[in-house]
Amino acid sequence: MDKLLEFLSFQDPNVRTVTFGTIFLGMSASTVGTFAFLRKRSLVGDAVAHSILPGIAIAFMLFHTKNPFVLMGGALLSGWLAMLLIEHLSKATKLKPDTAIGLVLSVFFGIGILLLTSIQHSGAGNQAGLDQFLFGKAASMTRNDLIAYGIVALILLITVILFFKEFKLLSFNPDFAEASGLPVKRLQFILSTITVLAIAIGIQSVGVVLMAALLITPAATARPWTERLVVMMVLAGIAGGLSGLVGSYISFAAPNMPTGPWIVMCLSFLALFSLFLAPRRGVLARIRQQRQNRRKILSENLLKSFYHLREHNPETLAFSRGEILEKRAFSEVEYKTALRHLRRHFYLIPEGSNWRLSEKGYEEAKRVVRLHRLWEMYLTERMRLKADHIHPNAETMEHIITPEIEEQLLRELGYPETDPHQSPIPYPKH
Amino acid sequence: MEINTPALEVHNLTASYNRKPVLWDIDFQLPQGQLIGIVGPNGSGKTTLLKNIMGLMEPDSGYVNMFGQKLDDVRERVSYVPQRESVDWDFPASVLEVVQMGRYRKNNLFKRLTARDHEIATQSLEKVNMLEYARRQISQLSGGQQQRVFIARSLAQQADLYLMDEPFVGVDAATEESILKLLTEMRQEGKTVIIVHHDLQTAYEYFDWIVLLNTRLVAAGPKDDVFTSNLLQEAYGGRLTVLSRIGDLIAKKDFPLRESDFKEKEGQGDG
Ligand SMILES: Nc1ncnc2c1ncn2[C@@H]1O[C@H](COP(=O)(O)OP(=O)(O)O)[C@@H](O)[C@H]1O
Ligand SMILES: [Mg+2]
Repeated sequence: MDKLLEFLSFQDPNVRTVTFGTIFLGMSASTVGTFAFLRKRSLVGDAVAHSILPGIAIAFMLFHTKNPFVLMGGALLSGWLAMLLIEHLSKATKLKPDTAIGLVLSVFFGIGILLLTSIQHSGAGNQAGLDQFLFGKAASMTRNDLIAYGIVALILLITVILFFKEFKLLSFNPDFAEASGLPVKRLQFILSTITVLAIAIGIQSVGVVLMAALLITPAATARPWTERLVVMMVLAGIAGGLSGLVGSYISFAAPNMPTGPWIVMCLSFLALFSLFLAPRRGVLARIRQQRQNRRKILSENLLKSFYHLREHNPETLAFSRGEILEKRAFSEVEYKTALRHLRRHFYLIPEGSNWRLSEKGYEEAKRVVRLHRLWEMYLTERMRLKADHIHPNAETMEHIITPEIEEQLLRELGYPETDPHQSPIPYPKH
Repeated sequence: MEINTPALEVHNLTASYNRKPVLWDIDFQLPQGQLIGIVGPNGSGKTTLLKNIMGLMEPDSGYVNMFGQKLDDVRERVSYVPQRESVDWDFPASVLEVVQMGRYRKNNLFKRLTARDHEIATQSLEKVNMLEYARRQISQLSGGQQQRVFIARSLAQQADLYLMDEPFVGVDAATEESILKLLTEMRQEGKTVIIVHHDLQTAYEYFDWIVLLNTRLVAAGPKDDVFTSNLLQEAYGGRLTVLSRIGDLIAKKDFPLRESDFKEKEGQGDG
């Protein structure tokens, strides 16, 4: 707890730089990653992240320096090479794209590990601290590193803002972009380059193994909350920045702990949260929708039973529970749920121990019966189904048909009087 | 048949996927100011032909001219409507945003759209009767609405030649009628409209000129010349088994396909 307070007070200037640095790196990786996510290039992102390792190792072996620009140069080159190779392999050979991606990933990563091991055995590894590139260690970054990476992150964000509309079109419909005469090849080159760069700086805090998570998960987390690309990118940036904060705290509180796994834990938590709670697309929203659908079906079925009873006994208005259940088999719970719903909306009105349809309820019941009989008409007239086959299908459709479809059915069928079983089709009172 | 400055000339075009040819020696010219259908059964290579025309694929041989020029010189006069299923509609964008994409051009790279661009986009949306859906998310559109959004985006390009890939697929009867009316109006304004279409029933009724395609060119010309039972039988009748078998063979054996390669082989064979 004390540690957390100390951390959050940001009194140590070193803590301050590392924290703001990693937040910034997380934000830029997730913003750029949004395009990778929308272009369905998640796997390529993963392969490129792994392929960066040999580039970093070779740059270090050649120049014997940890200068961030030198290492980033190596990272950029090998990341690019991997991307070109994936593209070329799936075009020139009969390999499926996912095979090409897997192949490039494992070969590059294998070479990277090999080089890293040999660097460490040569004794230069510890002072180089290259192992941090595997799983990330936010705190091991120096102030100078952070300034360098911060500058790159800034350039990435500016590029995204400058080319925002072109990248949007490129992600949605690249063929149209090309047909419109946009320099698609060059735009793709720029987008790929900033993606590789975002990966190269992101691995400082996450490491190559888990980098794809920082690139893709924030976008996936943000997607269900908005239908606007700008908002989606901002939300993804916030998710990425937040996990950067968590990572740098871990680095600070437990100096021997790699930060990557913790950052990814935080991201996964946010993604799960989003998966469950997001409006409309979330699991909870879906469950709620399904429950609403079920209740709608039950209530409409109960209304229909009332209508049928009244159709057969025109002079009676109120019916008992027994009469209803005789007409249609509701379970105890179903009957109660439907009844509660209909009563609350005043479709049904109590009369002693019986229930009767209100004026509003009668019109609603007529609507359901009308849809059922109209659909049966449609099935026999247009799809040429036999009259004894159509009832089950109409049982479902009557709950689904919207007013617009009803309108169209009525027009196409010419406002029929009766259904195929010669039951009258009830129309609304005018 | 020679046509004065054809809107579109396809010359000896052969195209393939993974070395398997799906278009053989396609050669035709289309006049300006007509409503033209490219008609053929599913899988006959209509989409592939459009992609080659629009420079989205590199043909194995042959070339394409528009208004007597190369595509790159007349880009702004040509507009393309891709097949509706070629994009993922679950993309975070609104209807208006997509239509505005028609205004993205080389000369406004990393610039904001102008007021004039916005005006044109809105008017295009109005022409396809989708103005009330301007702020709607594209993930919530029906098939017919998606088609109309794509057509509006194309209208926003204010071109002279339009190439549309199956704009009537997934469209209800009323929408089909209104799209057709729009296309007819465009022709009256002197535009050339080329429509990829797979439905024979309506093709004769809709178009002035027809290109009958099935892996190779069956016929191209005014509709009355093309709509003969022989030619239709040729396009829609039996599958061209020989051609597709040769295609398989070429893919399997890695035969060369480019013209230059062919010439080399010929020389060797004769010598
Ligand atoms: N990307 C692709 N890769 C390999 N084969 C393809 C590809 N796209 C289309 N084809 C094949 O090319 C042929 C022509 O396809 P297409 O041009 O889409 O026909 P159409 O548009 O007339 O239905 C088909 O046999 C199809 O299977
Ligand atoms: Mg097609």
